[in-house]
Amino acid sequence: MKDSIFKTFAVAFGLCIVCSVIVSVAAVSLKPKQDENKQLDKQINILRAAGLVDAKESPNAAQVKDLFSQIESVVVNIETGDAVADVDTQNVDPKNVTKLPKDQDPAGIGSRPNEAVVYLVKENGVIQTIVLPVFGRGLWSTMYGFIALKGDFKTVANLTFYDQLETAGLGGEIANPKWTQKWIDKTAVDDSGKPVIKVIKGNVDPASPNANEQVDGISGATLTGNGVTKTVEYWLGENGFGPYLNKLRSGN
Amino acid sequence: MNPTMKKTFIEPFMQNNPVAVQILGICSALAVTTNLRTALTMCLAVTFVTTFSNIGVSIIRKIIPGSIRMIVEMTIIATLVILVDQLIKAFSYNLSKELSVFVGLIITNCIVMGRAEAFAIKNNVLESSLDGLGNGIGYSIVLLTVAFFRELFGFGTLFGFTILKTVNNGGWYVPNGLLVLSPGAFFLIGFFIWLVKIRYKELME
Repeated sequence: MKDSIFKTFAVAFGLCIVCSVIVSVAAVSLKPKQDENKQLDKQINILRAAGLVDAKESPNAAQVKDLFSQIESVVVNIETGDAVADVDTQNVDPKNVTKLPKDQDPAGIGSRPNEAVVYLVKENGVIQTIVLPVFGRGLWSTMYGFIALKGDFKTVANLTFYDQLETAGLGGEIANPKWTQKWIDKTAVDDSGKPVIKVIKGNVDPASPNANEQVDGISGATLTGNGVTKTVEYWLGENGFGPYLNKLRSGN
Repeated sequence: MNPTMKKTFIEPFMQNNPVAVQILGICSALAVTTNLRTALTMCLAVTFVTTFSNIGVSIIRKIIPGSIRMIVEMTIIATLVILVDQLIKAFSYNLSKELSVFVGLIITNCIVMGRAEAFAIKNNVLESSLDGLGNGIGYSIVLLTVAFFRELFGFGTLFGFTILKTVNNGGWYVPNGLLVLSPGAFFLIGFFIWLVKIRYKELME
């Protein structure tokens, strides 16, 4: 009676119990380690954007913790551009979002968080570098990264992408430090606070008057490059961190 | 090891290779072979899963009711895959980011299911484990060969170490963009299949 109904159920039930025990033990016991890895990876990227860690270095957990103590995290209300003092940086609610109408959504993200954590590197109380989280659609995927601005809040200090699934070797090169370092010292925002920086097709002509607002495109990755341009444009613009940056520029 | 067992173990390396001869598991062979590091991790993961799913299925083969046979196999495979996925996430986070969804997709890798269904369900535990291991190695041989050529000529590196310095990094080598994309892997697998068929004339149709 190999195939009786009772036996079928008994085997199915027994197997499910055994398998679920294996899966839950693995998931529960490995969870803390996985969360730690995720957190560490994000922090390393923030440190890279802030220029405290070289792109090639992979510091260990203790070094990251040590370096991170030099950074101040601030929760910012994106709409008003004010720092929110009563929300802990660990407790920012990712579900607290505002839907974006199509015409205000160049980066193709659908909705934006109402509060975001930004990171400040200060020296003697003066902000040297500010690291802003950005994300937007590339060609295939949503690209997550950080853009760092210098103390004038107009010049790019660095750009990193820590999570993207663009074509490896083509669009995926946006995560290559060889490319992102081309952004350093470019003008991201003009004097009126409007984002101006663009990834262009081909190489930047150094004689052009706009040369300082342009970044070399990656050949074979025009669409990913456009996505990066729009992502940066959105997050530095009036619907992104624009209001916050304006307040910093005017000294409040 | 008696001759049949040896045959069970060795044959999937070449003349009964799961990728080149049975044309199974092509999707992951395209997706994770842009560099050797991800390909190697994937190979280890698939070899682990085929071996242990074969063992698992073989152990309970006499009590598996015919009506739910495939679901039982699937449950065992899925359990092993989740286990591998969790382990990679915990101990090699950077690799898990590169492999992303493909570890989870081992569940749908036809090699694993194919071996459970074609072999483990009617053979003893020892033979099944050899069959699983052999097929895992056969899969690995193809993946690593493809990844070797794709990484070397697509990026100028091997295991991340620069061999041919590319123009982007200030060298002389212009990388081959085709190899970076999935069609490049199709060509390489095509060549591999061709070579296997030349070597083993009985496979020609």
